[in-house]
Amino acid sequence: MEKFNKLTGIAAPMPLVNIDTDMIIPKQFLKTIKRSGLGANLFDEMRFDKDGNEIPDFVLNKKAYKNAEIIVAGENFGCGSSREHAPWALLDFGIKCVISISYADIFYNNCFKNGILPIVLKPEEVDLLMEDSKNGENARISIDLERQIVQSSEGIEFSFEIDEFKKHCLLNGLDDIGLTMEKVSIIDEFEENYQKKMPWV
Amino acid sequence: MSTAKTLYDKIWDAHIAHQDQDGTCLLYIDRHLVHEVTSPQAFEGLRMAGRTVRAPHKTIAVPDHNVPTTLDRVKGIDNLESRIQVEALDKNAKDFGVHYYPVSDVRQGIVHIVGPEQGWTLPGMTVVCGDSHTATHGAFGALAHGIGTSEVEHVLATQTLIQKKSLNMKVEITGSLKPGVTAKDITLSVIGKTGTAGGTGYVIEYCGDAIKELSMEGRMTICNMAIEGGARAGLIAPDEKTFAYCEGRPHAPKGEEWKQALKYWQTLFSDEDAHFDKVITIKGEDIAPVVTWGTSPEDVLPINSKVPAPNDFEGGKVEAVKRSLKYMGLNPGMSLEDVTIDTVFIGSCTNGRIEDLRAAAEILKGKKIKEGLRGMVVPGSGLVRAQAEEEGLADIFKEAGFEWRLAGCSMCLAMNPDQLQPGERCAATSNRNFEGRQGRGGRTHLMSPQMAAAAAVTGKLTDVRDLL
Repeated sequence: MEKFNKLTGIAAPMPLVNIDTDMIIPKQFLKTIKRSGLGANLFDEMRFDKDGNEIPDFVLNKKAYKNAEIIVAGENFGCGSSREHAPWALLDFGIKCVISISYADIFYNNCFKNGILPIVLKPEEVDLLMEDSKNGENARISIDLERQIVQSSEGIEFSFEIDEFKKHCLLNGLDDIGLTMEKVSIIDEFEENYQKKMPWV
Repeated sequence: MSTAKTLYDKIWDAHIAHQDQDGTCLLYIDRHLVHEVTSPQAFEGLRMAGRTVRAPHKTIAVPDHNVPTTLDRVKGIDNLESRIQVEALDKNAKDFGVHYYPVSDVRQGIVHIVGPEQGWTLPGMTVVCGDSHTATHGAFGALAHGIGTSEVEHVLATQTLIQKKSLNMKVEITGSLKPGVTAKDITLSVIGKTGTAGGTGYVIEYCGDAIKELSMEGRMTICNMAIEGGARAGLIAPDEKTFAYCEGRPHAPKGEEWKQALKYWQTLFSDEDAHFDKVITIKGEDIAPVVTWGTSPEDVLPINSKVPAPNDFEGGKVEAVKRSLKYMGLNPGMSLEDVTIDTVFIGSCTNGRIEDLRAAAEILKGKKIKEGLRGMVVPGSGLVRAQAEEEGLADIFKEAGFEWRLAGCSMCLAMNPDQLQPGERCAATSNRNFEGRQGRGGRTHLMSPQMAAAAAVTGKLTDVRDLL
């Protein structure tokens, strides 16, 4: 997993609430057995018409946002299914950070497994960054994970909360499985006692 | 400090293999369910790292999302990508030695229907699957939730998950339900009240007399949609109905182990003084048969309501409602009962169990579906299908004009050929009405099996109470 520390980039405004995983990556693209290549179909049914032509009004089709690395979104972003294809598609497109008021639980967790930082801010702070991001290439938003700060293009700073363990893993690009494997003897011991108490499991 | 615990607290505590100072836990997983869509990258990850499946005897795999539901599916899957995914699961299950129910097995079906049916899901367990509707298994008093593919790989390798504890929410449904009102109406009504983000950060325990009165099938419908309310999981305390359901299932404990298990399961309830961070109470009598009108499961109203207007809402929801009314082809103020439909889909992990099929068949008995309408019944498993045939339900569906399909996820998410066409409107017993969920441009109205059957008869969204 890539390390995440600082990022300054173009942010795409997506004020719609409840942007769900079927919007982020429709199910016809879940048939892959790989993690890569999904960026081409990110937001497919919002981005392309049924003949595959770009819908010009859609934010990521606008010239100013083709290279967006951040999405500023309405609340409850990523609701719906557990498909990790959603963060895979975002990452493959080049999105490394999402800023919203809230996220669906599974999507939120999935982001961290892929080096994407989902930031939670207060509604008025998200509103301000949403307006800022409407300036496209002229408004770059900066993120400093170490300091837990988001900075608007005009230098206004907002701090955000993040779980210490998740922050540590992102900053260092750590793989969860490797970390847990170091605790294998603890798992062995737990399992042995547990099976004695609950042999039917 | 009070030592009173909620049901969630008890299950959580019993599974902590390790806890860090910041509260991050390594939670032991009792059952890992696997399907073909969210697992190939996880197995590939194991291979690349030279890892094995730690507990193959606690890992159960079944293909369900992609499989065709037409009677000719023995000949194979036409769609190349779908076929590759199912073949990958065949191979992974064999290579890593996990329990497997292939497409050719009569026990194959939707993973969340197969798990309980085969006795894999038991009270007090932790159950995970790379599928958000894993919440279904909470009906047994098991802590069950969906995980992403990275976590699937983590569980395969370590039989644990890195987790932080959620908050406790209680949803109490008091009294009893009125005729024509079902578990589906309860769970949709709760989401209508809390919103799709109302449960974020919580594990919900559903309780109250109206919940106790439900069968295990009904309880599974309730917990199945806990995720649609944003909760990590839904739970219902196990009781005599739960134990009776589990007893004798192929993988349930037997003899002395059954007695020992039962003794433990009887301790699985929230203590009287246990603390809940949020409590919601709804009177069972106040719940009506409901349908969804928009493109979020929170867009739910009693069937005898009118389509709302964007300005009935606040904040970001105003724009979202404008967008969803346009997508759904509905105008504010029109009666929901005037909305005509093209297709009826009965099935899914929400409502694809035998009781759901009985309820729909009861409405359809001796009736025909509206001319020109497409009706599809997709049983949740091969065993549900076999039982429905034995009980004569299949004949009722067929005589009414429904297609009688083989088991799978089917038109709930339309990954296989069972899809809506653009603009086609469907009365569905599934769980999500998102844009494009049942096929690009398809319009979904969620409801109970009874309501879907009633809609099939009249060709419109219909108050099932008029047909009782």
